[in-house]
Amino acid sequence: MTTLSTHTATPADTPQDAPMVAFRGVTKRYGELTVLDHLDLQVAEGEKVAIIGPSGSGKSTLLRVLMTLETIDDGVIEVDGQPLTHMPDANGSLVPASARYQRGVRGMVGMVFQSFNLFPHMTVRQNVTEAPIRVLGLRKAEARQRAEELLAMVGLEDKLEHYPAQLSGGQQQRVAIARALAMRPKVMLFDEVTSALDPELCGEVLNVIRRLGDAHNLTMLMVTHQMGFAREFADRVCFFNEGQIHEQGTPDELFGNPQRERTQAFLSAVNEAH
Amino acid sequence: MIELLPLLLQGTWITIKVTLLGSLVAIACALLAALGRISPIAPLRWLAIVYIEVFRGSSLLVQLFWLYFVLPMPPFNIQLSAFAVAVIGLGLNIGAYGAEVLRGAIRAVPRGQAEACHALNLSPMTRFGRIILPQALLAAIPPGTNLLIELLKNTSLVSLITLSDLAFRARQLNQATLMTLEIFGLALLIYFVLAQLINLGMRLLERRLARGRMRGGLS
Repeated sequence: MTTLSTHTATPADTPQDAPMVAFRGVTKRYGELTVLDHLDLQVAEGEKVAIIGPSGSGKSTLLRVLMTLETIDDGVIEVDGQPLTHMPDANGSLVPASARYQRGVRGMVGMVFQSFNLFPHMTVRQNVTEAPIRVLGLRKAEARQRAEELLAMVGLEDKLEHYPAQLSGGQQQRVAIARALAMRPKVMLFDEVTSALDPELCGEVLNVIRRLGDAHNLTMLMVTHQMGFAREFADRVCFFNEGQIHEQGTPDELFGNPQRERTQAFLSAVNEAH
Repeated sequence: MIELLPLLLQGTWITIKVTLLGSLVAIACALLAALGRISPIAPLRWLAIVYIEVFRGSSLLVQLFWLYFVLPMPPFNIQLSAFAVAVIGLGLNIGAYGAEVLRGAIRAVPRGQAEACHALNLSPMTRFGRIILPQALLAAIPPGTNLLIELLKNTSLVSLITLSDLAFRARQLNQATLMTLEIFGLALLIYFVLAQLINLGMRLLERRLARGRMRGGLS
């Protein structure tokens, strides 16, 4: 079986020569189970890619290996042209990267989790300023200002001194988005960020992501079960199955006219559920 | 009965000093051994395991005798005062239990916290010191309170290495005055009050660490 999809469309306005994120032949196994199977994927700068598919198809793993939360067994991942887990040595051949090099490349990527993962013992403000102060070396005042701007952008400027436990799930997730953005990543990963939320709270989080897409030239990869949102927001939709991109295309192509049987079956099952 | 108090209070002061300093040693040992126990460096792990098992797995009294009577002999030739032995011995012993408590509490911090730290590029030091440990300490407070109270009560063994603590003074006064009920009644009360002070201190610490948490409230 090939990994090539029927549709090979990438938005025409994105440069093909320098992808912001590139997976080349990436394989990830858990024992006998192959979660990513020689995966190839290129994402252009500023492109919004939605990743859909059945559970266990490897979509979350794709984000987790890009965030270096998991190691890969084969292949190369590049962010802005730099390999994530390897670095060129003096002769130009790739060797496993030092921790320092990895932290440098990892700094270009930010991630928002399904379960928010806010620091429960810190206020909203501290959650957002902690990493900029400790990692980027920002002065306290600078970090506070950055936090205030970002929290205003997600509509939580009045919750600065609250603790996560005092916020609703939707508000917590918006803080988590602000916290990731405070590190000024070039690539943002959203891993089922509305799955833990009550339906009426999803909208406020999706609105923030929508605004983020409009206002920034941020590259975004999102694993989602919100087909409506994927259709409206994404430049490209990738359907994952058995560790490979089974089919991909523009939202209209993939949702409107899926070519492959597995995709059609998945989409109609999802539609029935709603 | 008033004439009993000065000697009992002298003993109490020794008991308090041994408890406070022993607690500090115990907390330091627990933290170091818990860190060693979860370290990726194998020799550190082994060292921590040996420490924990030796001090948990043998009698505290024999440990105190070792430190006090055996260490001054060749080939060790380490002479410690009875007070130092009491503080170090109790600290090492309770620290071994504390290490396991703390290790469990560190393990119990949800994995998502470490993942968030990783995604934010926090250094391992910052991750542990600023994010994981404060949450683990909160979870370790109830069993930690037990251990510190245990340490207080175990101080009564130090009279066997010649320290004149509260229990020693009580026995001494009893032999001299035969006011058995009064003396041991007072000793009991003093231990109880000290234990309650430890309890209170730990509750205050818990309140401090739990700031902002609403357990069972909004989530």
